[in-house]
Amino acid sequence: MTVMSRNDLLLFLGFTVVVLAMPIWLHPFGAAYPDLLQRFMIYGIFAVGFNILFGLTGYLSFGHAAFFGVGSYAAVWSFKLLSLDAIPAMIFAIVISGLFALIIGYVSLRRSGIYFSILTLAFAQMSYNLAYSVLTPITNGETGLQLTLNDPRYLDRAMFEAAPGQPVPTLLGQSLGGFAGFYFCAGFLILAFFIAQRITSSPFGMMLKGIKSNQTRMNYTGFNTKPYTLAAFVISGMYAGLAGALLAVTDPLAGAERMQWTASGEVVLMTILGGAGTLVGPVIGAWLIKYFENIFSAINENILHRFFDFLPDGVDNVLVAISSKFVGEGWFLTLGLVFVLIVVFLPGGIMEGVRRIAHLFDRSRRSPTKPGKATPHPQPAE
Amino acid sequence: MFEVIFLQFLNGLDKGAAYALIALGLTLVFGTLGVVNFAHGALFMLGAFCAVMFRQLLTLETVTLDPEKLSPWGAPLEIREPLVQAWFGDFGAVLVNYSVPASIIITIPIMLLVGIALERGIIKHFYKRPHAEQILVTFGLAIVAQEVIKSFFGPNPIPQPMPTDLRGAADIGAFLGMQANVITYPIWRLIYFLFSFVIIGGVFAFLQFTTFGMVVRAGMADRETVGLLGINIDRRFTIMFGLAAVVAGLAGVMYTPLLPPNYHIGMDFLVLSFVVVVVGGMGSLPGAVAAGFLLGILQSFASMTQVKALIPGIDQIIIYLVAVVILLVLPRGLFGRRGVMEA
Repeated sequence: MTVMSRNDLLLFLGFTVVVLAMPIWLHPFGAAYPDLLQRFMIYGIFAVGFNILFGLTGYLSFGHAAFFGVGSYAAVWSFKLLSLDAIPAMIFAIVISGLFALIIGYVSLRRSGIYFSILTLAFAQMSYNLAYSVLTPITNGETGLQLTLNDPRYLDRAMFEAAPGQPVPTLLGQSLGGFAGFYFCAGFLILAFFIAQRITSSPFGMMLKGIKSNQTRMNYTGFNTKPYTLAAFVISGMYAGLAGALLAVTDPLAGAERMQWTASGEVVLMTILGGAGTLVGPVIGAWLIKYFENIFSAINENILHRFFDFLPDGVDNVLVAISSKFVGEGWFLTLGLVFVLIVVFLPGGIMEGVRRIAHLFDRSRRSPTKPGKATPHPQPAE
Repeated sequence: MFEVIFLQFLNGLDKGAAYALIALGLTLVFGTLGVVNFAHGALFMLGAFCAVMFRQLLTLETVTLDPEKLSPWGAPLEIREPLVQAWFGDFGAVLVNYSVPASIIITIPIMLLVGIALERGIIKHFYKRPHAEQILVTFGLAIVAQEVIKSFFGPNPIPQPMPTDLRGAADIGAFLGMQANVITYPIWRLIYFLFSFVIIGGVFAFLQFTTFGMVVRAGMADRETVGLLGINIDRRFTIMFGLAAVVAGLAGVMYTPLLPPNYHIGMDFLVLSFVVVVVGGMGSLPGAVAAGFLLGILQSFASMTQVKALIPGIDQIIIYLVAVVILLVLPRGLFGRRGVMEA
């Protein structure tokens, strides 16, 4: 295994610190409660995984929510059949969603471009429709799959008596509610980030980037690109399955709506918003979307009235009437607008914005020392 | 047995007609501008809401209180008087009754404007960008359109009554010389099917028999050469985008009595229409129409109880299944041209 470069190591350490300290630094933003933090972690993993496929190889999958949903179902089934412990559930979910991704990827990757997007979309919609109709014995249809008191749980029953009360997922006997659940998910996010980082800087990752920039040329140089894209697809499907399983661990209820194509669209939005092809970007995108979803959808007209209180009465009402269209129920409108603006003006997402700003500072700091080289058009003398 | 099959065939026609109309517009946009338009379903939805809006305008009422008469609980009785009927008398009543077909008149200019504004405002900048970015920006636009409609008309479906004369069913069996009352078919669905036929025929005739259409076809085949001949092909393509928006809008208007429109009706149809377009072959207009009807009819057959008993759940997935098979067997779809969006 190659040694990590200093920059990679710094990035990884920085990321770890930021994630673990989230309950502290998110406190002033009003987001430091476990439920939301867990979702930050889960969707972060989902987006990191999606980015391994889309960001590195350029294949735009519109059906990733299927793997997310399959991961959830697999985890809940593991809770029901095997044990309430989270570890077997995670392993089971990753294996199942990996197999699922292998089958779908093998078929879909025979085509590329928009055909690939449509194929993945078709498979995801099929899974969604089946989960609602024929597969109800497995998925429990619209009600969603839940834990019940008289689930078999063979492993648990073999070892000890069932605890009384509503079954909840645990980790080696420890409950996973609240901040324990957050740190459990955070551990997985950090691990997921680490693996993604290693993949990106490995020869395998270089191969994937080569496929993105010119697949034909890769084929001409003698590489069979199919196994590489398939591997990326399966890995990213396993990431989605892991995220789905974590969602089932924190809230043991799996519903088919997780597999709908809007859910697939959401992870695409997260990745693009943050910056596809970068490591940190998708995570930031996921955090921002989940954060604003939470904040914006909680705002109602009363809060707006208080916010615009300092203005004269008429102006106040007009502003509230306008802005109330963008918050609460209408938060998707804001999301759509922001998204359009990002794609039009900043196709690289937030990370490209950061890079541009950094570049700007870099130049302005460097230009006084090396005036001739940095600026091709020297400023006129004053 | 023959009657059953024929009936299912008919049942598939109206849905197939809707798929065909949306897919036709999608293909027009793709063939001319080379843009993968995920906002096309939103245009269908906007058309449907043109009908809703038109009816709401027509049924505006003046509410006056009648001090003479009291309701059973003692409050003055409200007199509601529809404005249109007050102004136009009987003609107004007919207009309200036929509000859905009548709203075509306002839908055409609105959708043309929306389409051209969309193309000039945003999509114009995406010709040279990768397909993934086109998908993303139009997806964002679709979300915006959806949410704007939701904030004005609310999240619930708004039923649109069909004209009273056109309710009920037509006895097609008797018309074709078979036994009476065996094959009956709702009149409005029949109208929708015929309407789609007229629109599709109109679009094809427009492309085939007018100079404008000829130039557009030439531009689809080789844009650069047409531009070199001194023709402003961009402007014509913009108008084609407007035309595609009108087709989608009209498909939406006429579909409202069959399915009460809500804000995400477009998305529901969009996913299916994309499948239709891909099955028909990207960039092929006849392919889009043929695949639309084919998938609509297949879906209707798959919903038969006998078929469902044989293969449970087939009605839910048939369209996607057909799409997967066709894409893997015929890489260009049914009628795809060589060289258009291959790989």
